[in-house]
Amino acid sequence: MAKLKTSASRKVFLVVNYIVLVILSLMCVLPFINLLAISFSDKTAVAANEVSFWPVGFNVAAYKFILSNDQFLRALWISVQRTVLGVLINIVLIVFTAYPLSKSTQEFRLRNIFSWFFVVTILFSGGLIPTYMVVKYTGLMNTLWAMILPGAVQVFNMLVVMNYMRSLPKELEEAAYIDGAGHFQTLFNVILPVCTPTLATVTLFAFVGHWNSWYDGMIYMNTVDKYPLQTYLQTIVINPEAFFRNATNISAELGNFLNLVSARTTNAAQLFLATIPILCVYPFLQKYFTTGLVMGSVKG
Amino acid sequence: MLLPAVILVAIYSYGPMVGTVIAFQKFNPTKGFFGSPWVGFDNFKNLFTMPTIGQVIYNTVFISLCKMIGGIVVPVIFALLLNEVGRLTVKRTFQTLVYLPHFLSWVILAGIFKDIFSQTGVVNIALQSIGIGPVGFLSNQQLFPFTMIFTDIWKGFGFGSVIYLAALTGIDQNLYEAAQIDGAGRIQQTIHITLPGILSTIVLMTVLSMANILNGGFDQIYNMYTPAVYATGDILDTFVFRLGIDNAQFALSTAAGLFKSGVSFVFIVVSYWMADRFAGYRIF
Repeated sequence: MAKLKTSASRKVFLVVNYIVLVILSLMCVLPFINLLAISFSDKTAVAANEVSFWPVGFNVAAYKFILSNDQFLRALWISVQRTVLGVLINIVLIVFTAYPLSKSTQEFRLRNIFSWFFVVTILFSGGLIPTYMVVKYTGLMNTLWAMILPGAVQVFNMLVVMNYMRSLPKELEEAAYIDGAGHFQTLFNVILPVCTPTLATVTLFAFVGHWNSWYDGMIYMNTVDKYPLQTYLQTIVINPEAFFRNATNISAELGNFLNLVSARTTNAAQLFLATIPILCVYPFLQKYFTTGLVMGSVKG
Repeated sequence: MLLPAVILVAIYSYGPMVGTVIAFQKFNPTKGFFGSPWVGFDNFKNLFTMPTIGQVIYNTVFISLCKMIGGIVVPVIFALLLNEVGRLTVKRTFQTLVYLPHFLSWVILAGIFKDIFSQTGVVNIALQSIGIGPVGFLSNQQLFPFTMIFTDIWKGFGFGSVIYLAALTGIDQNLYEAAQIDGAGRIQQTIHITLPGILSTIVLMTVLSMANILNGGFDQIYNMYTPAVYATGDILDTFVFRLGIDNAQFALSTAAGLFKSGVSFVFIVVSYWMADRFAGYRIF
């Protein structure tokens, strides 16, 4: 903003503005603080609804209870696997598709045909049952691949990267070719290094997408043992007592926790643990959103 | 280079498109997409004579329209307010906080909302202390759609503001100086410079959001609804899901899905055409 003499009404506006922004921010954060407080509280305090934003009867029993539970740990491990493998495949496919399609029609004659081939999938989809059947017919049911291959080509993210690549100055590539670099060398040594903002953004999206995905696990896996974390969490969200009822192999040591934890505290702890990876990533990539996303989607 | 992506898309995107033919069959899953007897439009006839289908379509359109409007208005207002904050670190902090819900799954958020909106949750405790309620945010038929609309806007408004903030930084600062010299106040500057400056972005986002007219928000509603609120909360996607996965009515469910995809296709094509026409936007 240009320098302005700060008038009285301007000051009032700024104060009100800050108050509104603080309220909006709190609205976004307080539900998570409440969740965190419940997870660290005593079950009787939680049951009596005494917990709002600060733990009452602080203890970590809920976390100890969960982290010694096979089902939670197994689901966590499946999520880690699908996320690492899935994101890797997503990004490789995005780069390998976006780069050739970022060329002009003179350089790559079939560019428009291939572009439409991908874009059609945004315009029209086969829907739930036909997709389910294809996954079934290709033998992916009950395998990790059922959660990776059907969504491996993220067309929208690919278009974001492609448009970003097209916005780069042509001289970059030309200089590389004159120096005798091949297509792959140009891509890896010249193009990708300057694509950091857009690659960071789509990698975050791919990561968040895989980590948060629960639906595919639910329909393609037929036992809870193969569920990724979010699908497993979904079962306890739909049926809050499920985790507690199913915790059959409670050892004597864990039994001691039972007077401290309840379905509500353990569920809160599980939901909170599942948000930690997200909390660790997005704030650090925030600076790339504007350049990475906006430049890639809206061309000048 | 393109080959792996082309093959995967051919199998897992075009395969299911071909598979929609089962909407015209008496489908038997063991016989593949082309092994079952054809029944013409029977599945569609059955679908549209189902007593709840009209209500389901109405719910879908109502919920998605309200989300669409709120999903434009709130981020724009938030971006305008945030733009008035001078200190970059303060601005960044607000942004980090409001982006949070966008990155979390509806599974986690549903878990949280089911707790805080329950009869004994924090919200109702607060309301009761001022003599209201308890309010059945998730169990009352009349309220349920509005709870969905509110929580959806809540989840998305922060991240939704990114694009408007970008548009705001693109406005020529000289315009403001010129306006000040001419004696324009803050409000006049907002009306005559700021809003026109981001208008094309607003138009673009409005037009593009039209494509979601039949997306009521499956992840959200599926994880928060109960049979008690089906009358107002059931949307096409949840309907298709229950029909297909819970009741194994594969052909009927596919017919409903195909109806949705078909209508959505028209909306998406029209919205992209309008985005190109009015905002110069092209997807590639």
